[in-house]
Amino acid sequence: MDKLILNEGSLGVVNVGLEAFTADLETQGVAVAQVAWKPPLDVDKKAVDIINKHYATLIEKANTEALKIINAGKPVLIGMGLAIDTIPGMHKDLILHAGPPITWDKMCGPMRGAVIGALIYERRASTPEEAEVLAASDEIKFEPCHEHGAVGPMAGIISASMPVFIIKNETYGNLSYATQNEGLGKVLRYGAYSPEVITRLRWMDDVLYPVMSRTIKHLGQIDLQSLIAQALHMGDEVHNRNRAGTSLLIRQLAPALLKTMENVEDTTAVLDFINGNDHFFLNLSMPACKAVLDAARNIPNSSIAVVMARNGTEFGVQLSGTGNKWFTGEALVPDALYFPGYSKADANPDIGDSAITETGGLGGFAIAAAPAIVQFVGGNASDALSYTESMYEICFSESVKYQIPALDFRGTPLGIDVVKVIDNNLVPIIDTGVAHKNPGVGQVGAGVVKAPVEPFIKAYEALAKTFV
Amino acid sequence: MIAKATIIQGMYLDSVKLMLISKELRACKGVQDAVAILATKENREILAATDMLIDAIKDAKETEIVVVVKANSMAEADAALASADTLLHAKVGKRAGKSKTLNSIKSASASMEKADLCLISVAGKYAAAEAEKALDMGMHVMLFSDNVSVSDELKLKQKAISQGLLMMGPDCGTAIINGVPLAFSNAVPKGRIGIVSASGTGLQEVSCGIANRSRGISQAFGTGGRDGKAEIGGIMLCACLEYLMEDNKTDVIVLIGKTPVDAVQHKLWKLIGSSTKPVIVNFLKDMQVPEIKNLSYAASLEDTADLACKALNDSLPVEVKCFKFDFAKPNIAKDRKFIRGLYSGGTLCYEALQLYKREFGAYPKSNIAAESKDMLSNVWHSEGDCFIDMGADDFTVGRPHPMIDYSLRLKKIAEEAADGTVAVILLDVVLGFGANADPASELAPVLCALPTNVAVVCHVLGTAGDPQHIEEQLSKLAACGARVFTSHLKAVNDAFTLLKAHRRENG
Repeated sequence: MDKLILNEGSLGVVNVGLEAFTADLETQGVAVAQVAWKPPLDVDKKAVDIINKHYATLIEKANTEALKIINAGKPVLIGMGLAIDTIPGMHKDLILHAGPPITWDKMCGPMRGAVIGALIYERRASTPEEAEVLAASDEIKFEPCHEHGAVGPMAGIISASMPVFIIKNETYGNLSYATQNEGLGKVLRYGAYSPEVITRLRWMDDVLYPVMSRTIKHLGQIDLQSLIAQALHMGDEVHNRNRAGTSLLIRQLAPALLKTMENVEDTTAVLDFINGNDHFFLNLSMPACKAVLDAARNIPNSSIAVVMARNGTEFGVQLSGTGNKWFTGEALVPDALYFPGYSKADANPDIGDSAITETGGLGGFAIAAAPAIVQFVGGNASDALSYTESMYEICFSESVKYQIPALDFRGTPLGIDVVKVIDNNLVPIIDTGVAHKNPGVGQVGAGVVKAPVEPFIKAYEALAKTFV
Repeated sequence: MIAKATIIQGMYLDSVKLMLISKELRACKGVQDAVAILATKENREILAATDMLIDAIKDAKETEIVVVVKANSMAEADAALASADTLLHAKVGKRAGKSKTLNSIKSASASMEKADLCLISVAGKYAAAEAEKALDMGMHVMLFSDNVSVSDELKLKQKAISQGLLMMGPDCGTAIINGVPLAFSNAVPKGRIGIVSASGTGLQEVSCGIANRSRGISQAFGTGGRDGKAEIGGIMLCACLEYLMEDNKTDVIVLIGKTPVDAVQHKLWKLIGSSTKPVIVNFLKDMQVPEIKNLSYAASLEDTADLACKALNDSLPVEVKCFKFDFAKPNIAKDRKFIRGLYSGGTLCYEALQLYKREFGAYPKSNIAAESKDMLSNVWHSEGDCFIDMGADDFTVGRPHPMIDYSLRLKKIAEEAADGTVAVILLDVVLGFGANADPASELAPVLCALPTNVAVVCHVLGTAGDPQHIEEQLSKLAACGARVFTSHLKAVNDAFTLLKAHRRENG
C-alpha cells in the first residue's frame, strides 16, 4: 500500500467554502487563503475530462508555443494604401465589418448606419434610403474585418476606397490593416452617416491620407510596440485611453511632417485633427495587436484566444487551436457612464473589433496602467489594479514587452486561455465605448463590459473535440 | 420644470469623473436631467442639443466646469446643485484596502508561501471536482462537504494515496493536523497520542477528553464516515493508522469509528498486530475483538481518552480536570417519566443509544437507529424515551448545523419540557472552532424559563483553550439549573441515574 507523507512544521491552508473556517484559522495565526469560489460553468462533462486529460501535456505545450510567438511579435507601421489595393480579398462590392460574420438583416442599428454611410461615401447611393435598399440586395457582400487581416473599432466598417494603415509583424512577416480614426462625436464607426460625417471622411481621403502616407514613407516605419510600451507608462491602456499614444505619435511624426510638407494649410489641418482626437492612436494599437496575434493562429491543441470581437449583435471568439471557426454568443450591454441626455436604455450591445487589444493583453487587461479612466471600473486606482490582477487568472502568461508601473512593472496579463476562463468561471473584461442603438446618433457613453461566457464554453467544447 | 446651472471656476476634473458626477446628480430626487461638464466648444453643442445650454452658463470659459440641472421644482434643482458642489469638491476616497480576490485553488495556492492542505466545504455536487484539483496540485484535502458520491470518494482516495496525500472526508468535520484544528475542532495541546477517526464528534470528544487529562495529540485524522464501508475498503483508516504507527511523534494510537465491515476490520487488525505502539480502538458498540498484544478496546469515548492517556505510561497521574458544580436533587413531577436526548453531535447521539441499551437492555427510539424497529416514525414527533440527532439531514435543510444555529433546538427543548411526560432532557453543547460563539447565552433564556419539575442534563464538549471559554459556558448553564458535565459518559450516566431513581420512587 502507498504511504502517507506529511511534512512537519507550520501548515498552509487553502479554504474553499465557509469563510468562518478562514477566520478561525486566521485568529490562530495559521497561514490561510480564502478562495472566492463560484459554481463552475455548465460545460459538457466529456469535454472537461478530455481537456483535463490533455491540459498539462499537449495543451500547455501548444500554449507555450503560442505565447512564445505572441511575445516575440513586433508590430511596425510600414505605410498606407487604399483598402481595395491593400487588403487581401477586398473588392468594390465588399464591406468589411467588426465582429463575427453577420448578415444585413441581423445587423444592429449603429452597424447599419455605418454601412449606409459607407455606401454614400462610396457614391454607391445618394440617400440613406437608397443605401438601405442596396445593402439589403445581393450586390453588396459583408465579411468580418478579421477574416481579411483587418480590424475596425465599433462598427468597424471598411469599404473599398477607404485609406488604411498597413502594419507588419516584423518577426513573422504577416500584415494587418485599419482605417484612420475619425475622432469623437458623430462618426461613421458609431453609425452616424449625416453629411458632416461623409465630408470628414472625404477630407480624410483628400488631405489626411496623402499627408500621413508621405510622412510614414519618409520615416520608413514606426515602431508601434515601443509607442504602446511607453504609452502604458504614461497612463494609457491604448483602448479607452489613447492620449499618451496619440501624443507620442505626433512627436514621431512632426519632423517628417514638416520635411514632407507641400502646403502649410494641409499640414496644420492634419496636426490639428490628430491633436483634437485622443483616439487617433487606437487605430494603430488595434492593428498592432492584430498583427501580433495573427502570427499565433493555427497552433494545434492551443487554447489561447487569438480574436475577441463583437458585431453589436454577437460576441465572437476564435482560438489558435480551432482554426478559423467562430464561437459566438449574445453581445451584452456595457456597464457604462453615459453622456448627458442618454442612459443604458439607449445603448447598443457591445460592438467593435477593439477587443483585440484585450486579446493582446492591453485595454481592460492593462487598466491598472490607466488611472485617469478608473472611474469606469469603480472610481479608485485600486479597483483598476484588482481588475488587471484578476485577468492574470485567465491568462496563460504575461507580456514581456508591455508593463504596468503600478504593479511594479509586471508584464500585462497575456494570452487568454479559454480553459482558465472556464475553470475559474471568470470572463475577460473589456474597455469600450458605447454606441446609440439607433443608426445615425453616435457615441452615448463609455465603460467596461464583461465578455459573455457562452462563446468561451463553445470554444472549450470545440477544442475538446479536436482531441477525439 | 426648472433649469438651473452654475459655473465652477479654477477647478479641473477629467471628463470621466464629471460623467460620474452627472450620473449621481441624475439620481437626485426630482431631477430629470443633469450634467457636469467642461464648457468646451464641442460640449456646448452637446448641451445645446439637449436644451441644457441655458443663459446662466453662456459666458462660461472653455476651461470652466458647468453644472446644469433640470428638475421638477426650484427646491429640487437647488438641492441637486448643492450635491454637485459636494461631489465636485469631495476628496478622492482613500485607497480601498481590498485584498486580491483569489478565484481558484490554484491562484490561492500560488498566493501563499506554501499551501499544504485544502479545506473544502462547497456544495457536494461541486466538491469532488475541487478536491481533485487540490490533489492534483499536491495538497492534502479535508473534504467537509457531504453529498459526494461513493464512487467519487473512492476515486479521490485512490488518487490521494497514490501520491502520499491525505484525503479526509467527504463529510469530515474534524481534524487536527500539525497542531492546527480544522473546521469543527477544539484547541487541543500538542502531545504524543495520534488519532484516526471516521467520526467527527467522536474525534472531538476523545481529543477533548485527552486535553482535559492534560495530555495532547500528535495528529488527529478524520476519514469521513464511509471509509470503513466495503466500497471504500478503509483506504484512509489504514493509511492513517500506518502513518501513526511509524510516526516518531506518536506513542499511542486511537482508532474511532462506527464498526467497519469485516474485510476492513481484518486489514486493521492485521496492521495493529504489527504495531509496536498501544492502539486503543472504539467502534462505538460492544463487540468482541481479536486478542492482539497492543490492542485495547474501549467501551466509551470517555474510556477511549482515559485508556489512551494511561497507555502513554508517562508517570504522571491521569486525572480529569474538574469543573466543580453541585447539583441539587431535581424535583421531577410524578407524571414525567421519559428521557429525551436532543443532540447536535451525531456520534454522541449514537453513543447515547449504545449506553442506553447497556443500561436498559434495549435500544430507545431514535432518528439514527440501526434497526428500523427503533426508528422514530416521525422525526419531528418524539415518543417514549428517545434520542434525536438534530444534525441529521431532516433538520439541516436550508439551515446551518445545530452546533452553529441553536434556534431549532431551543424550540425543541421548550416543546419537550411542555410535554408533561418528559422527565429528563439531555443535551450536548459543542464548543471549539466552527461552533456557535456563545451557546450558553443562546440556551440560557430557554433553560431558565423551563418548569423546575423537569431535569436538564448538559454535556459541554470542549477544552480550556476553546474560544468560547468553557468555564463561563458551564457556569452560565449551571446558573439556569442545568446539570453540566464535560464528559459525555458522565452526563449520560447522570441522566440515567436520575431517570431510574425517579422511576423507582414513582413505581
